Amino acid sequence: MTELSISPGKQSVNDVGMQRTDYKGAPSTLCQGCGHNSIAAQIVAACYEMNLIPEKVIKFSGIGCSSKSPFYFLSRSFGFNGLHGRMPSLALGAAFGDTTMRVIGVSGDGDSASIGMGQFKHLVRRNLPMTYIIENNGVYGLTKGQFSATAEKDLFLKRQGTNPYLPIDICMEALVANASFVGRSFAGDPKQVKELIKAALSHRGIAILDIISPCVTFHNQGGSVHSYVTGKEMEQPLHDISYVPKRDEIMIDDFEEGTTQEVELFDGSKIVLKKLESEYDPRDRWQAMHMLEEAHRNNWLVTGLIYVDPDQPTIYDIYNLSGTALNRLPPEKIRPPRSELARLNSTMF
Amino acid sequence: MQSKPNMIGIRLNESPIDPVNDFSITFSTVNGSGSATANTTILRALFRMGIPVSGKNIFPSNIQGLPTWYTIRVSKKGYTARIERDDVVVAMNQASIQDDIRYLNPNGVLFYSDEIVLPPIPDTNVIYPMPIKSMAKETEAPAGLRDYISNMIYVGILAKMLDIQMARIRQAVEYHFKGKEKAIESNMEIIQKAFLWADQNLEKKDPYRVEPMELTSDFIMSDGNTAAALGAMFGGVQFSAWYPITPASTLAESLNEYLPQFRKEPETGKATYVVVQAEDELAAIGMTIGAGWAGLRSMTSTSGPGLSLMAEYMGLAYYAEVPVVVWNVQRVGPSTGLPTRTAQGDLTFSYFLGHGDTQYLILIPGSVNECFEFGWMAFDIAERYQTPVIVLSDLDLGMNQWMAERFKYPDNPIDRGKVLWEKELSDYLAAHNEKWGRYLDIDGDGIPYRTIPGNQHPRSAYFARGTGHDEYAQYSEDAKEWEEGLDRIARKLENARETLPKPVLKNPSSSKVGIISSGSAHPAIEEAIDLLKSDGIAIDYMRIRAIPFSKMVREFIRDHDRVYIVEMNRDGQLYQILSLESAELAGKLIKTAHVDGLPLTAKWIHGRIHSNEEKIK
Repeated sequence: MTELSISPGKQSVNDVGMQRTDYKGAPSTLCQGCGHNSIAAQIVAACYEMNLIPEKVIKFSGIGCSSKSPFYFLSRSFGFNGLHGRMPSLALGAAFGDTTMRVIGVSGDGDSASIGMGQFKHLVRRNLPMTYIIENNGVYGLTKGQFSATAEKDLFLKRQGTNPYLPIDICMEALVANASFVGRSFAGDPKQVKELIKAALSHRGIAILDIISPCVTFHNQGGSVHSYVTGKEMEQPLHDISYVPKRDEIMIDDFEEGTTQEVELFDGSKIVLKKLESEYDPRDRWQAMHMLEEAHRNNWLVTGLIYVDPDQPTIYDIYNLSGTALNRLPPEKIRPPRSELARLNSTMF
Repeated sequence: MQSKPNMIGIRLNESPIDPVNDFSITFSTVNGSGSATANTTILRALFRMGIPVSGKNIFPSNIQGLPTWYTIRVSKKGYTARIERDDVVVAMNQASIQDDIRYLNPNGVLFYSDEIVLPPIPDTNVIYPMPIKSMAKETEAPAGLRDYISNMIYVGILAKMLDIQMARIRQAVEYHFKGKEKAIESNMEIIQKAFLWADQNLEKKDPYRVEPMELTSDFIMSDGNTAAALGAMFGGVQFSAWYPITPASTLAESLNEYLPQFRKEPETGKATYVVVQAEDELAAIGMTIGAGWAGLRSMTSTSGPGLSLMAEYMGLAYYAEVPVVVWNVQRVGPSTGLPTRTAQGDLTFSYFLGHGDTQYLILIPGSVNECFEFGWMAFDIAERYQTPVIVLSDLDLGMNQWMAERFKYPDNPIDRGKVLWEKELSDYLAAHNEKWGRYLDIDGDGIPYRTIPGNQHPRSAYFARGTGHDEYAQYSEDAKEWEEGLDRIARKLENARETLPKPVLKNPSSSKVGIISSGSAHPAIEEAIDLLKSDGIAIDYMRIRAIPFSKMVREFIRDHDRVYIVEMNRDGQLYQILSLESAELAGKLIKTAHVDGLPLTAKWIHGRIHSNEEKIK
């Protein structure tokens, strides 16, 4: 077992009086060095820094190595480890129990890009407010190293031979399904991972984070985007991303004028994007698709906030729900009174 | 061309002695032509005349253009089962005329659109031509409405020829068009015109007619799917995810129709429910289970193919102990089968659904009223036992119109089962040495206490999963923990046995012969029992309403020499489960199963039992 690298700190507490350890999960049983562990650590850090109440978060996963992850963070949050590829439907139903809860789902490339592609795209289309992380390593780990749908064409793995198929680009799939937030990162770039997770948690809508997360046991060979070495070499950040909570707005002044772009999220927090080499506007869906296609042709691992639309209506907006959480409604609120049955009977032929 | 399904069974001489208020009318039309409105109008008018009626739609899996049949049975004795005989046929479709005549009673009556070229008709039949096309033209209605108008023309002609009261027809039309004046008047105008034409041009030569009675005033008309949705609504349904499938779609559509009228907070107008049309049944059940886990009264409605897709998730709900209600409105399988025909073929599949050792609580409504009752009760059972409940209805019960008693308000308060919110959890921890485990059986009844996401108590959270877990919901591959956990679930469900709806015993006598059946086979069995009685065969009848069975079932078998297990499938699935559960008595059970897509008839059941009883004599 691997303890996640969370510094215990000096009993320091955040604004809601929680210590970092209040966000911890069980010790990880994943392989030493697995990218998933570093992502779990960043989820812990992000939740701590954002002052989330663990009891106000629900975690979900499907099946696979990635889907064990929710066990390794936020032990004080409810979680549900569902079926292979079918976390999205489970999460959607559960989210309606109490729509004030924050929903975090962790999936993998096998879980979301193969068996779960349908549910993944339909969840995106419904814009359920949820942080949906895909720990993408291009390979099936738990079943010992088969190609996944995101593995590069012509990739050679010793026991599998050569991958004959073109890969699926999860970010592109999300964009095509009208995702309201799409980001890509690399487990070897923890700062960016953390900032993207924070932004995703503040986004009101579905936030898809495709995080390249190398599998150290079955698929960490140089030359592949899903390896630490090559991933790092190929990574081309779109921008330097910082998440600024509403109360810290003053921090924005730290950035030099004209070098940053800001995106204000629903809760008033901001994503500040510091320009790097080229201009990129993450609010332009067309540019996002163009960029992904260009990255694909050139074999770049482009990371950062690829697309965001903070104002897209969510599935909650459709239902005009009671102000009380549905799962707290007392019996008299969910069973109409006797007089209503009489009214109903009188309308029948 | 589709042919009308074959009638199987022994043909008795079923010609009624007195055809007043005791005959059947079959409308043979083209599907998609709007004939449903016309047929339902006649059904409702007869119902309002106080005559017991039932209506059955035999329709193709098609949108428009194929033959479809609708049969109304008028029965002063109150029989509502399908009857294997067409006394009056209204033929509107050239394509099916051969078949229509084939099933016509030798003394039966044929009304036909005069455009149809008739094959030779036996002299014993009475035939009436109807100038449908020319009358439809006269109305000067737009061409697109002609088919529809054509159907209203036969309503008027039949009203005249069968003595259906025009005032009752008007009531039916008013109800159908929800009081919309213009639609009501234009329809009534056509019906009246046709009535007048018949009065002036047709001479009554047959004995079939209706007379007002007073046998229906305590009843309403409804289909089982609507009743199920209404029952669920009064059961406090909060979440339903579904995917369109015949014959279950109208259940979810009824939720969509009625929930906005009855389940908004009066003060705020805000909804206390969510209905989601999912992308497929895999997602429908996933959403339903997610919501059930998160503390919502959650249901889905589907049919056989949908349930097949739901199997894996159902196993998770079974093992993770998530309360959900699944309505399976059965159609004919295997595979796509006969999507628009009825069967009871998913019984064993539903009971044992899923890989590994699973078993579900099954409810089987036998009437529209029980669809309503089980609609609300299923939630109480699911939440009490923290397990999926499958309600097995079928196309005949779900989609056809039946007479029903006025819906009755739930006689039990809502039972949410063992749920711990913040305060209850604190009390529980104080009372139990600070020890709470999601799957810990404190009460010895196999039912643990559950917490619900949103609970702010720092000890409330747990991680639900379909993988092995211990009493504290921790991942476990421990041999002992696995076996104990699964045994506890079996014990929990065993404890449900006597609390589920009890079997209904009809007219118990000292007879040594019994029938056990379930669901929509009921009306045909009741009628068959009367037929057998007139043959001198007394028979007791037990209708099962839930599985696992009450001990009453075993006692019933024990107390009879032989028991016919009547059901609508090929393999005798109820027979199979009964044989398993009362193995030492299985020799007394006689498989009496039949499926051709059409509802069972008294004639078939009577024939089977009668001939077997004769052999035994």
